[in-house]
Amino acid sequence: MRTGFLFVLIAAMFAAPVAAQDRMPPAPYAYRQLDDPALEAKAQALMETIRCLKCQSQSIADSDAQMAGDMRHEIRTRIAAGESPGHIRKWLIDRYGNYVSYKPEVNSVTWPLFVIPLVLLVVGLLLMRHRFRKSA
Amino acid sequence: MIAEFGLAALWLAAALALLQLFGAFAGVRGGSADLVAVVRPAAVVQAALTGLAFLMLIWVFARTDLSVLLVASNSHSEKPLIFKISGAWSNHEGSMLMWVVIMAVSGGLIALIERRLPEKTMLATLGAQAFVSLGFYAFLLFSSNPFERLSPVPVEGAGLNPLLQDTAAAVHPPGLYLGYVGLSVAFSFVVGALLTRNVTPDFARVMRPWVLGAWIFLTLGITAGSYWAYYELGWGGWWFWDPVENASLMPWLAATALLHSASVLAARDALRTWTVMLGVVAFSMSMIGTFLVRSGILTSVHAFAVDPERGNFILALLAIYIGGALALFAARASTIAEGERFALMSREGALVVNNVALSAILGIVLLGTLYPLLTEAFGVRVSVGPPYFNPVSASFFLPMLLVLIAGPLLRWRRDSFARVQRSVVLAVSVGLVVLFGVGVLAGLGILPLLGMALAAAVAVAAFAPLRGRSLRRLPLPVWGMVIAHFGIAVSLFGVACDSALTVEKLAAAKAGDTIAVGPWQVTLDSIEPVAGPNWTAIEGRMTARYDGGEGRELAPQARSFWAPPQETTESALLTRWNGQLYAVLGKEAADGRWQVRLWWKPFVTWIWFGGILIALGGLLSLLGRVTGDLRLRERRRLIAQRHGEAVS
Amino acid sequence: MKTMRWTLWGVVVLFAALMTLFAWQLSRPKDDFVESTMIGKPVPEFTLEAAAADRPGLSSVDLADGTPKLMNIFASWCVPCIAEAPQLAELERAGAPIVGVAIRDTPEDLVAFLQRNGNPFTRIGADNLSEIQFAIGSSGVPETFVIDGKGIIRYQHIGDIREEDIPVLLAKLKEAGA
Repeated sequence: MRTGFLFVLIAAMFAAPVAAQDRMPPAPYAYRQLDDPALEAKAQALMETIRCLKCQSQSIADSDAQMAGDMRHEIRTRIAAGESPGHIRKWLIDRYGNYVSYKPEVNSVTWPLFVIPLVLLVVGLLLMRHRFRKSA
Repeated sequence: MIAEFGLAALWLAAALALLQLFGAFAGVRGGSADLVAVVRPAAVVQAALTGLAFLMLIWVFARTDLSVLLVASNSHSEKPLIFKISGAWSNHEGSMLMWVVIMAVSGGLIALIERRLPEKTMLATLGAQAFVSLGFYAFLLFSSNPFERLSPVPVEGAGLNPLLQDTAAAVHPPGLYLGYVGLSVAFSFVVGALLTRNVTPDFARVMRPWVLGAWIFLTLGITAGSYWAYYELGWGGWWFWDPVENASLMPWLAATALLHSASVLAARDALRTWTVMLGVVAFSMSMIGTFLVRSGILTSVHAFAVDPERGNFILALLAIYIGGALALFAARASTIAEGERFALMSREGALVVNNVALSAILGIVLLGTLYPLLTEAFGVRVSVGPPYFNPVSASFFLPMLLVLIAGPLLRWRRDSFARVQRSVVLAVSVGLVVLFGVGVLAGLGILPLLGMALAAAVAVAAFAPLRGRSLRRLPLPVWGMVIAHFGIAVSLFGVACDSALTVEKLAAAKAGDTIAVGPWQVTLDSIEPVAGPNWTAIEGRMTARYDGGEGRELAPQARSFWAPPQETTESALLTRWNGQLYAVLGKEAADGRWQVRLWWKPFVTWIWFGGILIALGGLLSLLGRVTGDLRLRERRRLIAQRHGEAVS
Repeated sequence: MKTMRWTLWGVVVLFAALMTLFAWQLSRPKDDFVESTMIGKPVPEFTLEAAAADRPGLSSVDLADGTPKLMNIFASWCVPCIAEAPQLAELERAGAPIVGVAIRDTPEDLVAFLQRNGNPFTRIGADNLSEIQFAIGSSGVPETFVIDGKGIIRYQHIGDIREEDIPVLLAKLKEAGA
């Protein structure tokens, strides 16, 4: 899902010139769905959470970049071969680091992302308890 | 000459802002009356001068005066007039000028009509307004001069990014600016109230229309931007939690919270400290958003007019205004007396839950947006995207909606659940029916399922405040609330349906082929070249039938613009009440077939329709408040008049 | 009240920290390169067909033949690849063995490119689906990897090779055992 917005928005999106494009046809599964809808849904869900490394901030599911197309092909063929989405994500992270995945995993670097919302929840509850205990 | 005229008007306006600041300062300190008298006129004249400068800029753009650097680098003589004009603000300098104009006009308006607060508080407010404006004048004049000349004069301009040559893209930035600036006015009121220790229900009443106005424009700006991204980027996505999108969402979340807490303060004299805090936070979010977008420190598809130099300037403004306001707040907070008390089971109690939840969501969005920046400082790169934001924010948003079912029905101060039980039970039952009905039918994800159920429950609950009341005598703000809350339900329903029920079909087709997508049969009739004013395109002519019904035509294009050279895909949409068919024409494959991307998106338009309803609710509320205020003023005037006659 | 006051000053401090982070981020050049996390790991197994008639294809076995090499990821349609051709030629003259991976290239385009810009490669594999690129964590063209004699990736250079990068690459090659 791509989007849009803001502030003035948008986009000099690919301010880069259109020049550097190859003449090869897109990879077979760049613009073709898997025949099995269940597998395709799996692949689609995964592709929506993999960052297109050539783009500004788009998933490979939303990009016409050649490399995004090749990566869609890679993912669809692996899913069709029976590999699990989690395994493919790990394979990509092993190569490009966590940057490639929009789904942060809990680790020594990212734990505050998950702890802070909990802290916010606790602080919110405490604030309300404080407020309403006094008023009772 | 026109450009120099505009620039002179800007300098003069900046000088008046300085005068306004000194006058206000003198007023607050009890200084010379002559200097104080200058404050309001200075604000009004500033509005006129900046407006003039803006007209001058539009004029040079309309004439494509290429001796002005900004025109040469952003416009082109062959562009349609409407986009020449919108080109005036579809760039950094022009948009900052627009920001300054809106700010000056708001300041002038307050100076002209607002007399409800103690004069000292008003002076402090106008002083704060002048102080904030000065920073933006300095920014404009020293680092983003829109009227800079270019020599030698080029033969032709560089053109406007084709993605921005679009009506929604022309409307969307001004909408957000109006929102940001409205929040800056609220911020000035907060600073004024803090400086003169005058946080009262009157302060909330005076600030409220500005917050409401800002919130309406933010809502519309976000809605337009989202729809723009949806049809223009060619993949049918309308929200990706991209940093720039988040930058627009954060002020909206803060403004929504502020709106609700200001209502409590205005009606019940409670939540004083909290309202003031939110006022500061809301403007901070506008500034942080502007900073993130303009400095380019985060990677975004929408990054535009990025320049670290300007980033430094905005950062300095951010540090001065927000840092200063937070420090002032920290120093003064303990002097704000605690407001009225209330029970958890009361209208205030429900609004506190709303505020806490919205603030937590705001915290999460801020955290997720900035976290990659933080880890980068330690040499680690991470990406935070929808798989994080969706569930984490939903875990606060969905419970908040549960409270929304009952909240508007509760009385102020203290109430019992038994009194509102019937309406709540009705709404919750409707939600449960949807939950189990849809849940049994299809294997949907948990979030879309909960979204649909809550949307149904909130839709029913939204109208509950109307029960047993005379619809004709119902105050406009209540209508506003009902419609806005209903809009939330509509939007949520659209979001849940789009994420759960969308059908995608990618195909390679030649003329005559028919492709099925959801209930649609789409036939590719032919591929034709077409030409526009500054582009050429390949157009795919298609006929689509819904459920075997009558054929409707649609024609997606692959466009090539030549100034500047860029290729875009123009999607084609067929709208029904229950969704949209979305078609994109891709490239020609080696075997002569064309790539076609089709989506059937059930109820997707409800997302933006809901956004419009929310804004409409805000508008009704605003109208109700303003006419209420005017009536009150008239009544007071009459009383004073009668009183005067009696005395004589 | 007192605790609230301290909390609020805490917010001010937090804000100051945020400003510092922003200022620091602004002050340094933005690095858009995505580095491979395969450094220190062996090249995954692969076999690529020959991309040009006069050079053999490339497989992971060829990379583990005991001699450290440079592996250059390039394409005829890539403009910076033309810019780095003289530097590659210089590296070849300095005795560095160079193998190439051509990304999404047609044989005709590739032959024309090599004729125009020189051919420093001992082997050229054709990677038409960017598979090897993904396998070694490369995110663009051109990129150059230093691979040691056991087939372990030792170093990644992102972007075109400039004059000043030549000594660095030669040194890395030496470190890898050349």
